[in-house]
Amino acid sequence: MTQTGFFTSVDDVTASLAEVGYLASTAVATTVYLADRLGKPLLVEGPAGVGKTELANAVAKVREARLVRLQCYEGIDEARALYEWNHAKQLLRITAGRDEGWEAARTDIFGEEFLLRRPLLTAISGDEPTVLLVDETDKADVEIEGLLLEVLGDFQVTVPELGTITASTRPFVVLTSNATRELSEALRRRCLFLHIDFPDAELERRIVLSRVPELDASLATALIKVIGELRAMELRKAPSVSETIDWARTLLALGADTLDETVVRDSLGVILKHQDDVTKAADRLELDRVLGG
Amino acid sequence: MGDLPDRLVEFVRALREHGVQAGPSETVDAAAALEVLGLDDRERVREGLAAALIRRGGQRAVFDATFDLFFPLGAGVPESAREREFDLAALREELASALAAGDEAAMARLAGVAVDLLGNYGQAAGGGGFSAHQALDRLQPQTLISGVMAAMRTGEPEFTDRFRRDEVRRRVEAFRNNVRTEARRRTAEVRGRDRVAKHAIAPPADRVDFLLASRAQLAELRRTVQPLSRKLAARLAARRRRANRGRVDLRRTLRRSLGTGGVPLRPAYRVRRPGRPELVLLCDLSGSVAGFANFTMLLVQALAEEFSRVRVFAFIDTVDEVTRLVTGGETDPAALGERIAAEAELSTWDGHSDYRHALGGFIERYLDAVGPKTSVLILGDARTNGGDPNLPAVQAIRARARRTYWLNPEREALWSTGDSAAHAYASVVEMHECRTARQLADLVAKILPT
Repeated sequence: MTQTGFFTSVDDVTASLAEVGYLASTAVATTVYLADRLGKPLLVEGPAGVGKTELANAVAKVREARLVRLQCYEGIDEARALYEWNHAKQLLRITAGRDEGWEAARTDIFGEEFLLRRPLLTAISGDEPTVLLVDETDKADVEIEGLLLEVLGDFQVTVPELGTITASTRPFVVLTSNATRELSEALRRRCLFLHIDFPDAELERRIVLSRVPELDASLATALIKVIGELRAMELRKAPSVSETIDWARTLLALGADTLDETVVRDSLGVILKHQDDVTKAADRLELDRVLGG
Repeated sequence: MGDLPDRLVEFVRALREHGVQAGPSETVDAAAALEVLGLDDRERVREGLAAALIRRGGQRAVFDATFDLFFPLGAGVPESAREREFDLAALREELASALAAGDEAAMARLAGVAVDLLGNYGQAAGGGGFSAHQALDRLQPQTLISGVMAAMRTGEPEFTDRFRRDEVRRRVEAFRNNVRTEARRRTAEVRGRDRVAKHAIAPPADRVDFLLASRAQLAELRRTVQPLSRKLAARLAARRRRANRGRVDLRRTLRRSLGTGGVPLRPAYRVRRPGRPELVLLCDLSGSVAGFANFTMLLVQALAEEFSRVRVFAFIDTVDEVTRLVTGGETDPAALGERIAAEAELSTWDGHSDYRHALGGFIERYLDAVGPKTSVLILGDARTNGGDPNLPAVQAIRARARRTYWLNPEREALWSTGDSAAHAYASVVEMHECRTARQLADLVAKILPT
């Protein structure tokens, strides 16, 4: 059991992901296939909004797998990531059975019934195919990385009172990171690495058209061009794919069938999130140019 | 490909020489990836190896260049160059139409032809090779831009027309890269991959020498500064948080234990609120080190919230406070440099650094900025232009500050050569060589107090 066995070939990855609306680049398809076949976790880095989390969702959707998500945040600990005992319920149980001996109570209150499974334990128990998404790994403290190493290395967890729980089906693991903190070398070595960047123009055009099918094809081309131009500028926050899609929807809602100064100026706020970016972009795109001829 | 394992190992070794830390376990992963993927599709092989061998985003450019060298598209003369006769005019014409159509495959093919036809400089054993520079010099792809733009013009003017020039320019730049890759590949065939890999592959941005960086590299560096500062800030915050843990807060622990029937299962810790340190930055902004100083100022600007107070002073031969300019939200080093040059009074003489006068001026006018909670960073190459280094001034700063460091963007071997007073200063304050963004980041992380 060293592979997840979700996919049969790189082409299969591309085709299956496309079916659920995720258009994968060569890099994405190849790496997903490798992660699947080699049974290694996939560490996905890249700017916000290029579809890192979406990738895990899509893989889960393709194989109708259960998606278990661990959202990392500062201060997340073992109890939140792995498991904890339901103390309140244990206390109730002890109170309810006041007359029984210590032996009976002890064996009883550390049973499955009182175990609260958190994402990591959930992901490796159960027989159904599972996608484990560890989202924004870089937000968690370093200690959690050690825990991840242990779990992702052998796909087993030891609960002292219950013994070792080993995964009978290996989950497909995706870790995402925005690279705000350096992840440890050890964790990186355990994973395959995928850097998702903004897609090239053609792929992005297809993504937009698949998400917003009502959009006019030539308008989509023009839109991608503007987005490409904005990304080539030095902005505080470059527009991401999700913002491209938002923009396409906005234009559709505005009923615009071509791009012109007014439309772009009015809707620039959808794609740019800082005022100085807006000013800079308006300047660059010559939105205030007087059209003399 | 019987020699595949050898080539893979050689490839990994070349990557390692360029700062990609791939160990044996990565090589094994890479081999497993090749086994799963097969060798039919080169782009898949590229992505597969990248997934196994690369560990972070910034290494991709180095990886791609090395990959092209070790797993070339073809061997010998490109297919297309053999089957057809090309002359310069025909080549330019075909390139123009490929550029207009944005046909990447054709561009790659034509790059091969161009290198073979125009970039060849003699095939004598060992001495010959292929020069991208020479090929591009003869082909002059940049002169095609306006023609290509005209060819792309459709009937009516459209909104997106206005940046057609940028688009064509980007395509031309992509073509130039094709040519460079192809020239490296062909040269590698003649001279051996090892030699070419050693010299022809640009290092990743965070290892580029501040003082030698080209304009493109500086732009790349600027892009790395932003995430770098976020990383540092996160690391510092974590360090502080850890330092905070320790003493149990009895009152809060008891309060918390009510939820578990009075059993204190989760102790609460007392939160200490340490005073945040102050930072004073003293930067030499003379021509030779200005780029380095600007980057450091950007970094400090991004880290400002880690300090209760940041003050930045710049000098060439006269010192002036530039704090308001640095914290004014300028995020582009070049623009920052310009603003400082325009608005601050740094130079009264000839624009050469004068450490005696500048440090003396600092002592005279701003010494009260330095106190027992202050960390002082002095940035400069310590080249005094033959003048007095004014060591007492540095001593005075050190005596008042909590910590003082000197960051020198010159390699250590050059310290105290010529007019450099590096070792004289180093005897007074701790001096560190700081030539690359990576060194800068490591140093800042080490230097900044918890």
